[in-house]
Amino acid sequence: MPEKLHIKLNVNGKSEEFLAEPRELLIHTLRERLRVTGPHIGCDSSHCGACTVTLNGKSVKSCTMFIGQANGAEITTIEGLGTPDALHVLQESFREHHGLQCGFCTPGMITRAAKLLEENPSPSEEEVRFGMAGNICRCTGYQNIVKSILAAASEMNAAKEAAE
Amino acid sequence: MKDDVELTREDRVANLKGMGCARKRVEDARFTQGKGNYIDDINLPGMLHGDFVRSPYAHAKVLSINTEAAMALDGVIAVLTAKDLEPLSLHWMPTLAGDKQMVLADGKVLFQGQEVAFVVATDRYIAADAVELVEVEYEDLPVITDPFEALKSDIVLREDLAGQTSGAHGPRKHHNHIFTWEVGDEEATNQVMDEAEVVAEETMYYHRTHPCPLETCGSVASMDKVNGKLTVYGTFQAPHVVRTVASLLSGIEEHNIRVISPDIGGGFGNKVGVYPGYVCSIVASIVTGVPVKWVEDRMENLMSTAFARDYWMKGRISATKDGKITGLHCHVTADHGAFDACADPTKFPAGFMSVCTGSYDIPVAYLGVDGVYTNKAPGGVSYRCSFRVTEAVYFIERMIEVLAIELNMDAAELRRINFIGKDQFPYQSALGWEYDSGDYHTAWDKALKAVDYEGLRREQSERVTAFKQGETRSLMGIGLAFFTEIVGAGPVKNCDILGMGMFDSCEIRIHPTGSAIARLGTISQGQGHATTFAQILASEIGIPADSITIEEGDTDTAPYGLGTYGSRSTPVAGAATAMAGRKIRAKAQMIAAYLLEVHDDDVEFDVDRFVVKGAPERFKTMAEVAYAAYNQAIPGIEPGLEAVSYYDPPNMTYPFGAYVCVMDIDVDTGVPTIRRFYALDDCGTRINPMVIEGQIHGGLTEALAVALGQEIAYDDMGNVKTGTLMDFFLPTAWEVPNYETDHTVTPSPHHPIGAKGVGESPHVGGVPCFSNAVMDAFRAFGLRHSNMPHDHWRIWQTAQDLGLHK
Amino acid sequence: MIPAAFDYYRPKDMAGVLALLQEHGDDARVMAGGHSLIPMMKLRMAEVPHLIDLQDVPGMSEISIGDGKIRIGALVTQHDIIAHEGLAQSAPILREAAMQIADPQVRYMGTVGGNLANGDPGNDMPGLMQCLDAQFTLVGADGERSVAAREFYEAAYMTARADDEVLTEITLATPNGGYAYEKQKRKIGDYATAAAAVQITRDGSRCASASIAMTNLSDVPVWSQSAGSALVDTEVGSDAIKAAVAYMLDEIDPTEDNRGPVAFKRHVAGAILTRAIQRAWSRA
Repeated sequence: MPEKLHIKLNVNGKSEEFLAEPRELLIHTLRERLRVTGPHIGCDSSHCGACTVTLNGKSVKSCTMFIGQANGAEITTIEGLGTPDALHVLQESFREHHGLQCGFCTPGMITRAAKLLEENPSPSEEEVRFGMAGNICRCTGYQNIVKSILAAASEMNAAKEAAE
Repeated sequence: MKDDVELTREDRVANLKGMGCARKRVEDARFTQGKGNYIDDINLPGMLHGDFVRSPYAHAKVLSINTEAAMALDGVIAVLTAKDLEPLSLHWMPTLAGDKQMVLADGKVLFQGQEVAFVVATDRYIAADAVELVEVEYEDLPVITDPFEALKSDIVLREDLAGQTSGAHGPRKHHNHIFTWEVGDEEATNQVMDEAEVVAEETMYYHRTHPCPLETCGSVASMDKVNGKLTVYGTFQAPHVVRTVASLLSGIEEHNIRVISPDIGGGFGNKVGVYPGYVCSIVASIVTGVPVKWVEDRMENLMSTAFARDYWMKGRISATKDGKITGLHCHVTADHGAFDACADPTKFPAGFMSVCTGSYDIPVAYLGVDGVYTNKAPGGVSYRCSFRVTEAVYFIERMIEVLAIELNMDAAELRRINFIGKDQFPYQSALGWEYDSGDYHTAWDKALKAVDYEGLRREQSERVTAFKQGETRSLMGIGLAFFTEIVGAGPVKNCDILGMGMFDSCEIRIHPTGSAIARLGTISQGQGHATTFAQILASEIGIPADSITIEEGDTDTAPYGLGTYGSRSTPVAGAATAMAGRKIRAKAQMIAAYLLEVHDDDVEFDVDRFVVKGAPERFKTMAEVAYAAYNQAIPGIEPGLEAVSYYDPPNMTYPFGAYVCVMDIDVDTGVPTIRRFYALDDCGTRINPMVIEGQIHGGLTEALAVALGQEIAYDDMGNVKTGTLMDFFLPTAWEVPNYETDHTVTPSPHHPIGAKGVGESPHVGGVPCFSNAVMDAFRAFGLRHSNMPHDHWRIWQTAQDLGLHK
Repeated sequence: MIPAAFDYYRPKDMAGVLALLQEHGDDARVMAGGHSLIPMMKLRMAEVPHLIDLQDVPGMSEISIGDGKIRIGALVTQHDIIAHEGLAQSAPILREAAMQIADPQVRYMGTVGGNLANGDPGNDMPGLMQCLDAQFTLVGADGERSVAAREFYEAAYMTARADDEVLTEITLATPNGGYAYEKQKRKIGDYATAAAAVQITRDGSRCASASIAMTNLSDVPVWSQSAGSALVDTEVGSDAIKAAVAYMLDEIDPTEDNRGPVAFKRHVAGAILTRAIQRAWSRA
């Protein structure tokens, strides 16, 4: 039996510390160990993006990361983006523009979109489509997802301008 | 109620957020916050995890299974094989198509990925390790993956059926043959063909694909031995049917079984069937007395749970010289895989393939279907369509194109002159359906005008000239499709699943303060039922949609229903909702009349209230009536305000649509680029235009995938070549265009609110539209037909075969 | 999909890495982003008893440009390549290629070193680095050595790197002239049906030098000297391009897979290479 690793993580602002088998996948750490079940498993092979989280400022697919690789990391999942009383603009926007149907891809989709808008606050439609190409949706055909993200970008930019 | 009086009638209608309103979805709050509750989110105390040992072979004898090493692993609780299930008579299970299927390999395996043993362990990591330790000794057998070869071969795939000359659907012609199903008049059809001025023939293969919802299938079974209650959570598109089947199989009385479909991460038909994983999790929980979870991974999903299509279709269509169709003949060789597990209504072994006369007035027709066993996975579900309707519509829309080529006619015009006329409805088709309503000419003209069809044809012909002169290596295709769907199964007199009539149901309770809960026998997999059913009800009973909870998926609370697939939720459960609402309204009217001290007939319903006829200032709102139902003793009326309706539809509904796709094709690389896609849908009365549009975008995208590359491919050894999302084509945002949507409204005359259903139309119409665009690009160079999927290499091959690579 | 158990190490320096490699030999594998290795481990198609994570090893995550040379640490990610403004100026072909690798999430994790060292014929960076005539620095117990990208690949997943060596850095001369990375794939996230890297310089109206490599058309990347030479001293007209393509087609050896049969791949290889040459020349 391999030696367990002493893991420290910060997940959505909360410090976590535990011992884990090296082969534990980050998606299982989140979903099973910490009961953070927003990120989902869709393909298991890093193609679908349902498991997307933000790890040390990068969008990553948590199904393709061992827990040891994530040791010491700061992780944000969909649960850390907004609260029921203060939703993230993207969470509002996806609802407003019907950017989801079954909801299974949505946590990964919104988590990825938040990072995309952080890096590129005013993307073109083409840049949104390219920047979201690591996330598969089977229901929406993407048209309303793209619309939701572009609308969120406008709103966030307007809010920023108003604040300045 | 002073404020209310000041509201205009328009405001009161708007407040309801009823039918026709683009109401935002109530489901979205939890989904956007990561608080959906899908099968893998279910986590019960002490829960064990199951995992399968699967066959690497497509056809082999199982000589022995040694579970010793697996059982010795710390944390392994049980390893189930067919031998363990046999005493319970659960090593085989009935399929929805009247066949039976091995739950675990009983002496042999018949397709790659077949379930051989079920490991139960304390966590999924240990279960995965134990799967590796189970030693199975196989002796490989010759593999058949081609249905035509299967019908000639001496190799017997299903020894368990040896000697049975008759199956669930009549006589079997050969040991690998399942059934022959015939509709229409073959003799008359042949005679018309013999006498026809023009006959066009074509053979086409609608390849095997898979619905591949983003969430795979899974279940959590929990046997409470103290109370004798079994609870099963699972990815079930038809939870009540699962309860009935579970009861019949296990012998546990139906009232002691509770089936719950939690949030479902997409279904598209994949979650209609009953899978060995469900059965094994139930057995394992009964054996261990603790909850057992089984969730398949993506490869398992693609390799073993229900596929779609795999139809070889041979067609003949006859016409006069000026293009009037006189007859249609279709024969299908249907590859059903190792077990016949098609999910069709019992009396329809090829589903509603007999709607293959399409939107056209065809006087005589014949359809024959032969089902065949091969060494491929079982299934045959309706992937985002009513039963086998994509196959039917693809077939007729290809036959129309081939006939247009034969006649040297424009394919749009050929469609127009053969459409069923508006005044012919209700229309009796040659293959036995009664189309409820339609106005095809109006829809077609609107579509062609919207895209400037003639302009497109001019541009296309200029492109052909430029290509021939060597000025471009790109061709342009104009894809046309006009489809008629047949949805809303269905009338109990001819539609059942395992003997259960295909009605559906709604139960409504109005609370004293004027809000309500409605429960239905259906289950949303993303369609937004919690939003749209509340809208139907809001319009029917005058309580705002925001004050109505819709609940589905728990068999202990919901009335019996047949579930959600085949676009049946709105046509059937939506009708039940309206009818139950009308029962509420009828009782409410009596209460209102009592409160207003007038005769029942002297009040009328108006938006959200009952008004004294001729005296609009005298009224009682539905909220006031609801309160009175619980706090007043009204002579002759029971307290409370509840209703239930079981709706048996008198007919199917027939949504239709007109689609046009404009595509550019790079002849040298085979890469298609979709320049434009226009979709006009007529789904009758529109409940929520936002949700309808979303369904159309999604269905078109799944159609794009199927037409342009999505395939479950096997090699000659029966190995699945497309088992991961690297090879199984699910397009990303980058490969998908923006769609233009449009509509006409032709209500269903027999549906209480005139709605027809829409979720599957875009898929049904989309597949032939994308495909026709590809083939149309090559029409000027002599192409008649090429099979899907039109991935890069097959498009390139078409160009190569036509000599377009110099 | 659950991998078999393994021991995990995250050494703080290269000495620690090399010691582990010495100790465990064939049983140890180094890993950067892990997006090639982890899926194989999850499928239990790669058995790795000892997994050495390189992320804490210093000095392997930098990009430096100067003295006519570009140095790229092996742990630099595809995302880093795309985001690096200096690199976009001095070697824009790297960004153009990196944009066509996998998808955004994978590019945050996938490294240049991993892409190069894995030896997967489907990876894009090997052909690109052959086109650019890069040198790979390998560090082992016996010290450091340099191997040319054009000498590195022996067969699918077989390279000049010994099991106890680590690829630490890529060095290349700042490329001149026009460039193009052209790739045909079925969808985002797919490997190439065919991909071509072309770097070309111009002297007046004529081609002064040309370097051409292609990807996923053989069990190793194919850099064709004769294809490049066919363009030199020409005006890169259609005859010259046809000659270059013909030389390349002589050297590739594609196999049939789900992307299509051999004849198709050869045809697409020609079309893609033609376009890459034309685009590179238009930028030269």
